[in-house]
Amino acid sequence: MVVKVISGDHAVAWGARLARVEVVPAFPITPQTLIVEQIAEFVNNGEMDADFIPVESEHSVMSVAVGASAGGVRTFTATASQGLALMHEMLYAAPQIRLPVVMANANRSLGAAAGIWLEHNDSMPERESGWLQCYVENNQEALDMTLQAFRLAEDHRVMLPVMICLDGFVLSHTVERVDIPDQAAVDGFLPKYVPVNVLDPDDPIVMNPICPPEYATEMRYQLDRAIDSAKIAIKEIDIDFSKRFGRSYGDLLDLYRMDGAEYAIVAIGTAATTSRLVVDRLRAEGKKAGLIRIRFMRPFPKGELIEAVSGLKALGVFDRSVSFNSYGPVFTEVRNALYGSVLPVTDHIAGLGGRDLTPEILSKVFQVVEDSMEKTPERDVYWHDLRGDM
Amino acid sequence: MEEMHGLKDIKRNEFFMSGHGACPGCGVAIAIKNVMRILGPDATVYVPASCAVVFSAQYPTSSFRTPYFFTAFENTGAVTTGIRAAYRRRGKKSLVVGIAGDGGTFDIGLQALSSALDRNEDIVYVCVDNEAFMNTGIQRSSSTPFGAWTTTSPVGSKVQGKRTFKKDLMKIVEAHDPPYAATLSIAHFNDFVRKVDKAKRMSGFRFLHILTPCVPGWKYESAMSMEIAKLAVETGMWTLFEYEEGESRTTYKPKQMLPVTEYLKLQGRFRHMGDDDIKTLQRWLCDKWYRNYGHEIEEPVCAIFKQEEMQLHHDKDDLHVF
Ligand SMILES: Cc1ncc(C[n+]2csc(CCOP(=O)(O)OP(=O)(O)O)c2C)c(N)n1
Ligand code: SF4
Repeated sequence: MVVKVISGDHAVAWGARLARVEVVPAFPITPQTLIVEQIAEFVNNGEMDADFIPVESEHSVMSVAVGASAGGVRTFTATASQGLALMHEMLYAAPQIRLPVVMANANRSLGAAAGIWLEHNDSMPERESGWLQCYVENNQEALDMTLQAFRLAEDHRVMLPVMICLDGFVLSHTVERVDIPDQAAVDGFLPKYVPVNVLDPDDPIVMNPICPPEYATEMRYQLDRAIDSAKIAIKEIDIDFSKRFGRSYGDLLDLYRMDGAEYAIVAIGTAATTSRLVVDRLRAEGKKAGLIRIRFMRPFPKGELIEAVSGLKALGVFDRSVSFNSYGPVFTEVRNALYGSVLPVTDHIAGLGGRDLTPEILSKVFQVVEDSMEKTPERDVYWHDLRGDM
Repeated sequence: MEEMHGLKDIKRNEFFMSGHGACPGCGVAIAIKNVMRILGPDATVYVPASCAVVFSAQYPTSSFRTPYFFTAFENTGAVTTGIRAAYRRRGKKSLVVGIAGDGGTFDIGLQALSSALDRNEDIVYVCVDNEAFMNTGIQRSSSTPFGAWTTTSPVGSKVQGKRTFKKDLMKIVEAHDPPYAATLSIAHFNDFVRKVDKAKRMSGFRFLHILTPCVPGWKYESAMSMEIAKLAVETGMWTLFEYEEGESRTTYKPKQMLPVTEYLKLQGRFRHMGDDDIKTLQRWLCDKWYRNYGHEIEEPVCAIFKQEEMQLHHDKDDLHVF
């Protein structure tokens, strides 16, 4: 093990290198670029034995990835924002064909009112694609989850693609201290990929033919069940990982100071880091605040969430994207999971388009949640930090 | 491995079985069956969205007896790249073959095709060209010839059929200078066998462009596919050549140019064409004919049009004769 001070993007690239990925199709987009640049350097320096394939678009990136994975080799790529959107059509191929591609997405806002900065509205809509989705909180987790993602994706009970989401710039371009595990230790944790179904002239199969209505519903059902069964694998893999490397990420949820908590917020990604600070301050004031970090949006930790909020009097959800004229996607998922519960749940939207998310903003979020323990909140969705009269 | 020279050298149909769902007489099916006979058991086939994807494999059946894959429409150049990379890493000896329609090659798939050509991927790319988007019900593509009716270039009272000429895809392919590119006809079988066999033996990007008549799309009797494919070559609507080591070489020269009407009259998609449109098409064809075959063979059709052309373009300045 060595310790390096590296960016989140470079941590992901190290993860791919240690995972001994064999094919990496690539196309640049900020804030993902550092990942593919670093991998290109590893490959060209002979430090990583992989086929690095620079193609002409993200649509082709995912097409190459799907072809390589169907051809039976460990496949990795990375993208963000517009790139993820251009892949949208191809994202739907890997899950239903059960191809264990792993991809990092450096979250960035998408579309007009354009910007290159952090927002989760690129990856959130892809919850419907069948990919498993993990949101990491720091650079160490970015590296470690790249390794865990391959174990998960290739688990024969799962066989699904995994998207690792890391906050653009906040993680992708910020350097942190990262433990880089030994190759031998990683090899022990992540053995060579053994595909279940593969294109092979010596044993020909037809992969992904047209699926008529008589079979289509069952195919979708199987995919739905496979995503659900990933929950067990996620737990087991993290336990094994912590035994080998001494680091654990909890589970589908990562709970912080939830013992005896009366109110809490749900956050994903780096918003959780700032929330921890606020929770500590509130606890120092004697208030019983807590934090629930959701690590996986797919599979969604429904049962775990119900359990985690069981002692609470109020819950807030922090969203870094919005489903227009509705709510933030995390809120929608959380409130759905808690359907039937009398717990007051409010949605809190802030930090869009890369706007700083300060402890002060999150303190206000906690304040609204705290107040909602006593009296019914005015509304169910709050936009924080708006400038001027809106 | 013996070189194949013609029909008698190739195997029975073993890799693309009958029982598929193509229309009787389908040029695409004829092309695929024969390509697969020549390529043999070591091929791995990718087919993008097209007629072929619908007629060749529907769960739980398949006409392909080789590994077969499908995902989307615009990515033949890319998915085959991925498969190729995986096979290379696994040490698998196999021909990776993409079989795409004209829409999936000339239009939506052009970007991925160009990029795969640029990387000189070690794949055989077959374009089965039926001159329209047939799977979605005969819509014009950039391969559709001038004047042709399609559902998106309909014969209206104001505009009749497609108003632009067929895109010269082979020029685009040649501009990438691939190891091998060739045009094929299902009606010139020895030429067909030789070209597919040649592609099979080479490495790097190999492009095979096959004209594949389509019964409902071109509106003709299904027994006429071969006849129409033959007339395409004899009228100059389709030329047989190959590109290798930077040079193009004609592999078949018609003895004389037949008037394009010989080709048009058998097909309902051209039935509405008036004299002016036929002349426009013939003129375009004559230019192509000269470019492809030079002037060394007798071409009465072109001669006539060449004279008319000169009068037409004469701007009264004696120095200007176009
Ligand atoms: C992105 C996308 N757009 C449109 C379609 C619908 N579509 C499927 S096949 C096809 C036409 C295929 O035409 P071509 O490539 O010429 O093959 P052919 O069917 O004529 O053999 C179209 C438009 C699609 N599958 N994907
Ligand atoms: S519509 Fe044309 S290309 Fe499609 S199967 Fe029928 S004949 Fe073949």
